[in-house]
Amino acid sequence: MFDLVSFIPRAVMQGIPLLYGSTGEILTEKSGNLNLGIPGVMYVGGICGVIGSFFYEQAVPAESMNAFLAVGIPMACSLLGSLLMGLLYSFLTITLRANQNVTGLALTTFGVGVGNFFGGSLIKLTNSEVPSIALSATSAYFSKSLPFAGSLGWFGQVFLSYGFLAYLAVIIAIVASYILKRTRVGLQLRAVGESPATADAAGINVTRYKYTATCIGSMIAGLGGLYYVMDYACGVWSNNAFGDRGWLAIALVIFTIWRPNVSILASILFGGFYILYLYIPSGLDLSVKELYKMIPYVVTLVVLIIVSMRKKREHQPPASLGLPYFREER
Amino acid sequence: MRNLVKQIHISKRTELPWYKAWAIRGVAILLALVACALVTMLLTGENPISIYITIFEGAFGTARRTWITAQDLAILLGISLAVTPAFKMRFWNIGAEGQVLIGGLATAACMICLADTLSNGMVILCMILASVLAGALWGFLPAFFKAKWNTNETLFTLMMNYIATQLAAYYIIVWEVPKGSGKIGIINQSTEVGWLPQIGNQYLLSIVVVVILTGFMYLYLSRSKHGYEIAVVGESQRTASYAGIKVDRVIIRTMVLSGAICGLMGLLLVGSINHTLTTTVVDNRGFTAVMVSWMAKFNPIVMVFTSLLLVVLSRGASEISSTFGLNHSFADILTGIIIFFIIGSEFFITYRINLRKSVEKEA
Amino acid sequence: MTALETVQNAIRMEHITKRFGNVVANHDITLELHKGEILSLLGENGSGKTTLMNMLSGIYYSDEGQIYVNDKPVTISSPKDAFDLGIGMIHQHFKLVDVFTATENIVLGLEEPGRLDLKKASQKITEICQRYGFEVDLNQKIYEMSVSQKQAVEIVKVLYRGADILILDEPTAVLTPQETDKLFTVMRNMKADGKSLIIITHKLHEVLEVSDRVAVLRKGEYIGDVATRDASQQSLTDMMVGHAVSLNINRPDPVNVHPRLEVKGLTVYDELGVKRLSDVTFTANSGEILGIAGIAGSGQRELLEAISGLYPISAGNILFHPESEDEKAPADQKVRELVGLDPMAIRKCGVSMAFVPEDRLGMGLVGSMGMTGNMMLRSWRKGKGAFLNRKEPETLANRIWKELDVVTPSVSFPVRRMSGGNVQKVLVGREIAQEPAVLMTAYAVRGLDINTSYTIYNLLTEEKMKGVAVVYVGEDLDVLLELCDRILVLCGGQVSGIVDARTADKRQLGTLMTRVGGGSVHA
Repeated sequence: MFDLVSFIPRAVMQGIPLLYGSTGEILTEKSGNLNLGIPGVMYVGGICGVIGSFFYEQAVPAESMNAFLAVGIPMACSLLGSLLMGLLYSFLTITLRANQNVTGLALTTFGVGVGNFFGGSLIKLTNSEVPSIALSATSAYFSKSLPFAGSLGWFGQVFLSYGFLAYLAVIIAIVASYILKRTRVGLQLRAVGESPATADAAGINVTRYKYTATCIGSMIAGLGGLYYVMDYACGVWSNNAFGDRGWLAIALVIFTIWRPNVSILASILFGGFYILYLYIPSGLDLSVKELYKMIPYVVTLVVLIIVSMRKKREHQPPASLGLPYFREER
Repeated sequence: MRNLVKQIHISKRTELPWYKAWAIRGVAILLALVACALVTMLLTGENPISIYITIFEGAFGTARRTWITAQDLAILLGISLAVTPAFKMRFWNIGAEGQVLIGGLATAACMICLADTLSNGMVILCMILASVLAGALWGFLPAFFKAKWNTNETLFTLMMNYIATQLAAYYIIVWEVPKGSGKIGIINQSTEVGWLPQIGNQYLLSIVVVVILTGFMYLYLSRSKHGYEIAVVGESQRTASYAGIKVDRVIIRTMVLSGAICGLMGLLLVGSINHTLTTTVVDNRGFTAVMVSWMAKFNPIVMVFTSLLLVVLSRGASEISSTFGLNHSFADILTGIIIFFIIGSEFFITYRINLRKSVEKEA
Repeated sequence: MTALETVQNAIRMEHITKRFGNVVANHDITLELHKGEILSLLGENGSGKTTLMNMLSGIYYSDEGQIYVNDKPVTISSPKDAFDLGIGMIHQHFKLVDVFTATENIVLGLEEPGRLDLKKASQKITEICQRYGFEVDLNQKIYEMSVSQKQAVEIVKVLYRGADILILDEPTAVLTPQETDKLFTVMRNMKADGKSLIIITHKLHEVLEVSDRVAVLRKGEYIGDVATRDASQQSLTDMMVGHAVSLNINRPDPVNVHPRLEVKGLTVYDELGVKRLSDVTFTANSGEILGIAGIAGSGQRELLEAISGLYPISAGNILFHPESEDEKAPADQKVRELVGLDPMAIRKCGVSMAFVPEDRLGMGLVGSMGMTGNMMLRSWRKGKGAFLNRKEPETLANRIWKELDVVTPSVSFPVRRMSGGNVQKVLVGREIAQEPAVLMTAYAVRGLDINTSYTIYNLLTEEKMKGVAVVYVGEDLDVLLELCDRILVLCGGQVSGIVDARTADKRQLGTLMTRVGGGSVHA
């Protein structure tokens, strides 16, 4: 019997990091920057939060922790870390016009390295037996769900059982979607990604939009890393645990055809694929679960192919995606 | 009165002699090494000279280390050579990771499934064929869709990486020894069936293969008709059609070649070096190769040096990690820093920056 | 003071100089635009018109000089500065976002207070359209629009921003005569409304038709201005080219003329399904130069590319007649059908066709390669085995370098870094070196200096005397009339006439270019 009520919350919790990542990447790509550094950014977002809360937990005993600081410090650290990553990418690709693919891949190498390095160093500091750090006190604040969620039966479990970062992800996705579709800023951002020369001629500051979108995109993606470690993983950081979720987030961008609002359900769907094997009886054969994990990538590939075959203009990647812009080019 | 405005004016350089361009890159690498030293100092408290001595020791300290460095260099260089023809064609293949892995998977499949039925020589022959074909298939798919419907190849090849990873993960569990361990272990440990023959020592085979490959790729790109077609397609597809070059065919052919060479690297990794398969056997070298190739401006000979730089750094950094008690990811940080500097330096090669003097006018 | 001197200047550009690298695009130019007038900025291709105007619209920033708007000194360092001063420019290449609607494009970049209200914007846009007589569907996506519709969106966009000064960069180059008339009506409406306009063009009859005053640039320098009522085609041409046009192109009589390339009922459609060539029929003879005239975009490019096997053909025949039409000739010397063959297949069946395309660096040459590498573009497949033969191309490159006086440090110097004239010499030199039976050139002298142009004319004439069928697509009617033997005129993808270049005149060509079948057809 398929237990939907327990399946959905787990799919959602798997999906939220992807939602952060894809929303961030969509904003970035809408400005014409293909940031393949997002996986690295998410690692940095996670580890910076861990570092922040680690030192706060070290400094203050668990019982006297201030809820605001316990949440605020890791969040601020996480945002700052991913902002720096975004700035680095922006500086290299926008100001120095470096190749976006190469820069992005380097950023991922660097970011994953930073995550695992500092993660490893903190683990060493704690002298723990297991190769991980547990920040359970901080995590408790992050994963606190609404007090009455438990009393509402299946409804509570499916819709209300998550920490605040999960709802924030949905809100950010909706806001991002609204901004892109309905506001002046969104219109101009899309113009920058479609045709920077046109945007430039219309008086839009292309560089500023690209920087802003990329940096905000990075910060949003970084929150995905933070959510993963603080809520999903219950405050336990272990190296490489975040895995390939960053790339899955990039896949989601294509799957949703650059629409953050679609990404809300799509990321939960992808999250569902990720844990589907737990719910489908496959006997004792664990190998099948690896094939289920392949589904998101295959589905994305199919979407990518169909979109390119149908050639509908609105569904194509932003036209200047991956290309640097230089005004006095002639 | 006009205000005193100092504007930064950036324009494309018309020309820069090659030696100046390489001088700029050299300075960038020096600065990067200084930055790396600073970072390492901050984290270890050691002085930079001893850090670089440690790096050197780590890479070349003993004969064995030197051999391993050379072997790592060979694999990274091999993968970089594989992705290069596609890049020269401006086909952004970031799927080397998957192409190597699928080659490795095909190799392992032959080693495991054919060991009991065929002779050692036949198994090895099958391994070679299977790995090359598997890699080629992984290269063919994105190229086919690119040629046919202009499907974005960067995103396509990226997805193919994870399909390969999950396929490998699936078979690793199917073949796991012992059951429940989630690992294959050393394949045919007792019989050594399907282990590629050693020449001289256990490292030399891969090195020799890649040396040959380097020479081949250099000639292929600069002297062959195929290389010429690739260069023209990369520059302008319209020019290519004008010259009677069948663009679609070149795209597919080149990606099949890229994939096939990646598959060959998978063969070396599984059949000659590790004798086992894990999902991380490629260890991100498929991505690092992109950077190696790009930093060398797609020149196979220069690639020897760019990959050497990264391999030495990585081997050295792991030495630093153990000497100073840091973890191995330290190497990734240093690699990142070096690449950022080199990427950044390209700007100063391509563009000229003038500080525009203020133009003051009478009112 | 006379009444004339009291006119107010909307714009005054004073001693403007702009350089790109070592090239001086504009040199010490002083130009005025009066309020409420239409000023034509006239000059040949490459005379610096667009560069000059780009400094008003904030795309470029001048190296020297001062701009005044409404007699106040201003600094225009970005397009936004230009908007703020009420200056709007309609570029030749439309600056529109393809996947946006007309309305979205029009409001793009505006920093109005409050939230984005596309409905309100649409109302205001509709008012503008009605006032000046534009026909635009505001909810249509740009990629679904025709060229003239896109242009209308561009102009409305500028008006919506409250521009009082409009600059139109060769707006008629892509329009049909009817659309041009409509545009001129709109321009007059705008002038009547108090706007000041600059129209960049090199078409004299348009200058005379629409403008009040003409300013002329030549090779980056300001030559002078004249009131349109005091100007004639002749006087303007003199200003534009510096002296009365007498080209004196050497034109020997054709020899041994017989059909070489026979095109019958050729019809092609582009990717979007628009008909680009409709039932085109003509014959190009060996030993003569067939000129092809027509306003830009009348199907010239499609015609040449279709013949070379680069453009899909939906109907018609292209027949190649080899040198000898002997009945007993071997099979490979019979008449050949070229439709359905790609460039390589055409070459393989023994038809030697040379093509100098319009887009020299984007199609005819590889910019990053040197002369040798570019020679190989035609010969790379030659020779056995997998490797390239570099010897012959290098010899050829050296020969062209010497014979055509190409200015380059070496045969391996990237052609992209050469000047336009030298690039063209490399391209034409290579194509002629193939000893073609058919030589097609598109805008072979565009952007070239006079000397290089004559070099090209002479090369083409030499080829003609060798018995090659030369097809010359050109824009300068004087050149067409003096260089070619016959001229085919295209209008809207159809052949509107084929005339004898020795007896035809410019007026006749002009009529044919704008109306299918307009005028008696000689041949």
